[in-house]
Amino acid sequence: MSSITKETVCYVADLARLYLTDEEIEQMTESLNKILEFEEQLNSVNTDNVEPMAHAVPLNNVMREDVVEESMPIREAMLNAPDEVEGFFRVPRIIEKD
Amino acid sequence: MDILKKSVLELRELLDKGEISSREIVQAYIDRIEKTEPKLNSFVTLTFEEALKDADRADEMIRNKTHTTLTGIPIALKDNISTYHVKTTCSSKMLENYRPPFDATVVELIKQAGMPILGKTNMDEFAMGSSTETSYFGPTKNPWNLEYVPGGSSGGSAASVAAKQAPLALGTDTGGSIRQPAAFTGIVGIKPTYGLVSRYGVVPFASSLDQVGPFARTVAESAALLSLIAQYDKYDSTSLNNPRPDYLRSLEKDVKGLRVGVPKEFFIDGLDAEVEQAVRKAVKALEDQGAEIVDIELPHSDKALATYYIVATAECSSNLARFDGVRFGHRSENTKDSVTMFKHTRAEGFGPEVKRRIMLGTYALSAGYYDAYYLKALKVRRLIKEDFDKAFTKVDVIITPTTPSTAFKFGEKVQDPIAMYLSDVFTTTANLAGIPALSMPAGLSSNNLPIGVQIIAPSLAEEVMLSTAYSIEKALGSIGLPELEV
Amino acid sequence: MPLEDYTIVIGLEVHAELATDSKLFCGCSTSFGSEANTQICPRCLGLPGTLPVLNKKAVEYAVRAGLALDCKINKFSKFDRKNYFYPDLSKAYQISQYDQPICEHGHVEFYVGGEKKVVGITRIHLEEEAGKSIHSGTSISDSDFSLEDYNRSGIPLIEIVSEPDIRSPEEARIYMETLRSILRYIGVSDCKMEEGSLRCDANISLMPKGATVFGTRTEIKNMNSFRAVQKALEYEAERHAKLLDSGEKLVQETRTWDDNLGITLSMRSKEEAHDYRYFPEPDLVPVILEDEFVTDIKNSLPELPAEKFRRYLEEFGLPEYDAELITADRDLAEYFEAVVAIYNKDYKAVSNWIMGEFMRLMNEQGIEVGEVKIKPEDFAAMLKLMDEGVISSKIAKVVFEEMFNTGKEPKTIVGEKGLVQISDSSAIEQIVADVIKDNPGPVAEYLGGKDKVLGFLVGQVMKLSKGKANPQMANEFLKKALAELSKNQ
Repeated sequence: MSSITKETVCYVADLARLYLTDEEIEQMTESLNKILEFEEQLNSVNTDNVEPMAHAVPLNNVMREDVVEESMPIREAMLNAPDEVEGFFRVPRIIEKD
Repeated sequence: MDILKKSVLELRELLDKGEISSREIVQAYIDRIEKTEPKLNSFVTLTFEEALKDADRADEMIRNKTHTTLTGIPIALKDNISTYHVKTTCSSKMLENYRPPFDATVVELIKQAGMPILGKTNMDEFAMGSSTETSYFGPTKNPWNLEYVPGGSSGGSAASVAAKQAPLALGTDTGGSIRQPAAFTGIVGIKPTYGLVSRYGVVPFASSLDQVGPFARTVAESAALLSLIAQYDKYDSTSLNNPRPDYLRSLEKDVKGLRVGVPKEFFIDGLDAEVEQAVRKAVKALEDQGAEIVDIELPHSDKALATYYIVATAECSSNLARFDGVRFGHRSENTKDSVTMFKHTRAEGFGPEVKRRIMLGTYALSAGYYDAYYLKALKVRRLIKEDFDKAFTKVDVIITPTTPSTAFKFGEKVQDPIAMYLSDVFTTTANLAGIPALSMPAGLSSNNLPIGVQIIAPSLAEEVMLSTAYSIEKALGSIGLPELEV
Repeated sequence: MPLEDYTIVIGLEVHAELATDSKLFCGCSTSFGSEANTQICPRCLGLPGTLPVLNKKAVEYAVRAGLALDCKINKFSKFDRKNYFYPDLSKAYQISQYDQPICEHGHVEFYVGGEKKVVGITRIHLEEEAGKSIHSGTSISDSDFSLEDYNRSGIPLIEIVSEPDIRSPEEARIYMETLRSILRYIGVSDCKMEEGSLRCDANISLMPKGATVFGTRTEIKNMNSFRAVQKALEYEAERHAKLLDSGEKLVQETRTWDDNLGITLSMRSKEEAHDYRYFPEPDLVPVILEDEFVTDIKNSLPELPAEKFRRYLEEFGLPEYDAELITADRDLAEYFEAVVAIYNKDYKAVSNWIMGEFMRLMNEQGIEVGEVKIKPEDFAAMLKLMDEGVISSKIAKVVFEEMFNTGKEPKTIVGEKGLVQISDSSAIEQIVADVIKDNPGPVAEYLGGKDKVLGFLVGQVMKLSKGKANPQMANEFLKKALAELSKNQ
C-alpha cells in the first residue's frame, strides 16, 4: 500500500463532496498517511480462503408484506427543510454555469 | 430522604408503595442538573417541562397499576437517538437545529414505559471519538475530576449517571463508546449483542457495528434498562427475533464452575499497572467464588483496531453522505450551484475528526483500494470472530481490562488520532464480532480515577455476562460516586 | 465509409418500475401523480437513523421477470450501496445490487421483418428509484434552481441489462416493445414510458463490417418514447459514422437526446468520476431463495406473448400480422381467446372484428379491454346472427357499436331497433319493384348500358328497406328484375 498523495486527497475530497482549504489538504494528507501506515499491519494477516464478514447477524430473508402505510404529513416532511417552495425542496442549479 | 442516592429498584418500591411520586423524583434530578450542569456540560438539550408532564402521566399509570418496572424513573438519552420534535444534534453543527419528525424505536419503548426524559446528552460529534472533545457544544467533564475527559463518544450520558444527574441513561457503542466512558466514570455500561436492540432512529456511525445500550450505577439497574430496550423491531432488518429473557431474573446465578477466560493479548506492555492490578483482582474474586480461570488466546485481537478503523470509516463515509443541505440540517450560504453547496455545507457542518474519517472511509472504498483495504478488513473481521468462537468452546465468559489506562486529561490525545484511537484497543473486538460486552467499576486508581473491567460473552449470552458482573460487584463492593463540588 | 459498411452494436439498460402497492424499502404508496412530497416518510426521505426493510412482493416480481426472460434465478443475492451525490438521491446512495444480482443469463426473442432475433439478457437486479427534479428553466443547464419531489424516491425498479446483441435502431425499438409486452403480460410493471415507469439508456458503437473488436461507445439518456429510442440511435449511429470517417476523435461519453432538435448532446457535467464505491448494504441481510419459491412462481406464469403468437399461427391459423397485434396485449389476447372458445367457425372473422371495430371503439372512447362492456358470449352471438343471415355485415356494425356502448345482447338490440335483415324473397321483390317504379330515369340509363347505375339502384333498395334488405339478395333481385325489363322492351 503506497502512501497517499495530495492529488489523491483532492480527488477523494471531491468524491466525498468536502471542500478543504489548502491548509486542510496538507493536514489531511499528513494524518491520512499516518493512519494508513497504522493500517499496514493488516497486510501481515493471512486471509487466503477467508470469507469477508459484512454483517454481524446470521439473518437472511428479512422481508415485509407489500402493504401501504400512511406517509408523513407534508408539514412534518418539511419541518427541517433548509429551503422550501410550495411543498418542494429547492436546490441551487444542478449543472454548474460554465 | 436523598432521592438521588436511591437505586432504581429502591425507587420502584417507593413508587409502588405510594411513598414517593415520579414528579418528586424528576424534580430532584432537575434540581441536581441545574446545579451541576455549569461545571459538567453533560447535556445538549434539556427537556424539563416535558419530563414533568411525563412524570405526572407515570404517576397516573402507577395509580392505575398499569405500570412496568421502570415507570416513573427518569432517563437521559444520547443525542444521536431521534426524539420526536426534540433537537437531535449528534453534537454537530450539521444538525444543530434538527428536530426529527419521529421517535427512535428505543424512545417509543421508553415513552410507552412511562419514563420521563430529562434531556439529550453530549457526545463526540457523530459518535466519532473517545473523549467527547469533538463535540460542537464543548466537552463534557469527568465528574471524578473536571480536568479529565469522561470518555466518549457517550461521554455526556456516562457523566450524567456518574454525577447523579440521571439514574439511568442510554448511549451507543460502535467501538467502545459505551464501555470506555463507563470505565472512565466508574459506572456500568453494556454493549448488547448486535441485533438485540433496535437501531431504528439512531443516527448511524457504522451500521454493522452500532448498538444502543444502557448506563447505570449498578449491574442490576443496567439489567432492568436492558430488558426494556431489548425488543425485536420489524422496522430494523438487522433486528434479531429471538425471545428475550428477563435479565433481572438471572443476576443471582452463582459462578461456581463458570469458566472464565483471560486472554493474554489483552495484558500487554501499554497496559497501566494499576488497571491490570484491578482487573486481576476482579478475576480473583470470581475464582474465590468457584469460577475456573482459563488462559485463552485471541490471536487476531491485536488487529482489531486497524480492522475497525477501515470498516467503521467505510460505513460512516456512506452514512454521512446524506448530510448535503438539501432536505434537513445545515446548509451553506455558498449556493452558487448544488455541488458547491454540498461541499461547503459539509465543510462547515462537520468537525475535523468527522472529516478525517469520511476521507479515510471514502478512500478505502474507492476504485483500486477496495480489495486492499475494505475487503481485507472484512476478512480479518471474520478471523477475529472465529477467535471468539473457538475461545467460547473453552470458556463461558472472557474478562479483560476495558481500557489500557484510566481517563486522560483534556487536550492530551486530541491532536494525535492514533493515540486517541488506541483507547479503544480492548473494546473494538466485541463490536466486530457482534457479541455482547459489559464494563463495570473494578476499583479506583491512585489518583482517584475509576478503573473498568470488561466482561465479554458469546452472542445472546447477556444473562451469563450479567450474572458474572453481579458476582464481581458483590465481591468488590461499590467504588462509590464522585463528590462534585457545586 | 457509409453507415451500411459498419456493424452497429447496441446494448440497452432498461429500468421498469414494479407494480407493487408500496415502495421497495418502506410502506409509502407507489401511486402515480400525487402532489409533491405527500407520499414520503422518514425512510424514503433519507432522514438519519432510518432503516430499509425489503418488500417481499418486489422480490417475487423480480423473479417473475427473470423467469419470463429465461434467466437463471440466483439462489443467493444481496444488496449493495451505490454511492453518489445528487439532489434527487435522498440518502446520497442508492440501494442496488452490484455483484450478486437476483437474475442472470437470460434471453428474449422477437421478429424483425420476418426474421427471428435473439437478444441475450446479461442480468436483472432490484434497486430503488430516486426522487424527481423539476428544473426552473427549459432544461437542466439553463435552470437557476431545481425543485425536488421525493414521492418517487424508493419505488422499486428492476434494471434489465441486455447483451450488446442488438444490431440496429429498429431492433432496439422492437426489443423494447417486446420487453414491455412481456413485463405487462406477467403483471410486474405497467411499463408506461410517458409516466416514467419504463425508461431506457442505450449504449451504441460502430465497428467495420466483419470486425470483431467493438468500437468506442457512447451512452444515450433521456429517450422518452419507443420512437425516440429508435430515432436517437439512428442519429447517433450516423454521428459515429461521420466522426469515424473524418478521423475526428469519438469521445466515450454520456449524451442526452433532445427530442425537439432531433439530436444528441454531450452531457458536459464536470468529469463525473463514476466511482460508486459499491459495498455490501449493512442495513439489509442477504436473500436466499428456496427452490420451491422459484418453482411456485414459475408455475404461476401465464402463457407468454411469444408462445401465444406461435399458438395463434398454428392453432387458429391467423396471419402473423393479426397474431402479433392481438398478442401484444395480454388482456386483448385473453378476450380474443374467450370469444373463439365459443365461436370457433371462423377465427379470422373474430380477428378482423377485434382489429377493426373493437379496437377503433376502444381508442375513440379511450378505454381499456377490461372496461369493455361486450361480453365474449355476446360477441360470439353477434357473429352467429351474421352467419344465420339475420343481419348483414353492415347492420352488424351498427349492432356492434350499440353493444359496445350499452353492453346489451345482440338479439335484444336487433329486436329493439327492428334490424332483422329482410331475406324474404317476396318482400325484396316488392321493394325492388317499388324502386324501379320510382326511378325511371336511372333505370333507363342502366338499360341504356350504364352498368354503374346499378349501384345507385341497390342503394335505393337499401334506403327504402331502411338498410335491412339482404344486400346480396337486393343486388340479385334488382339485376333479375332489370334483366326482365330489358327483355320485355
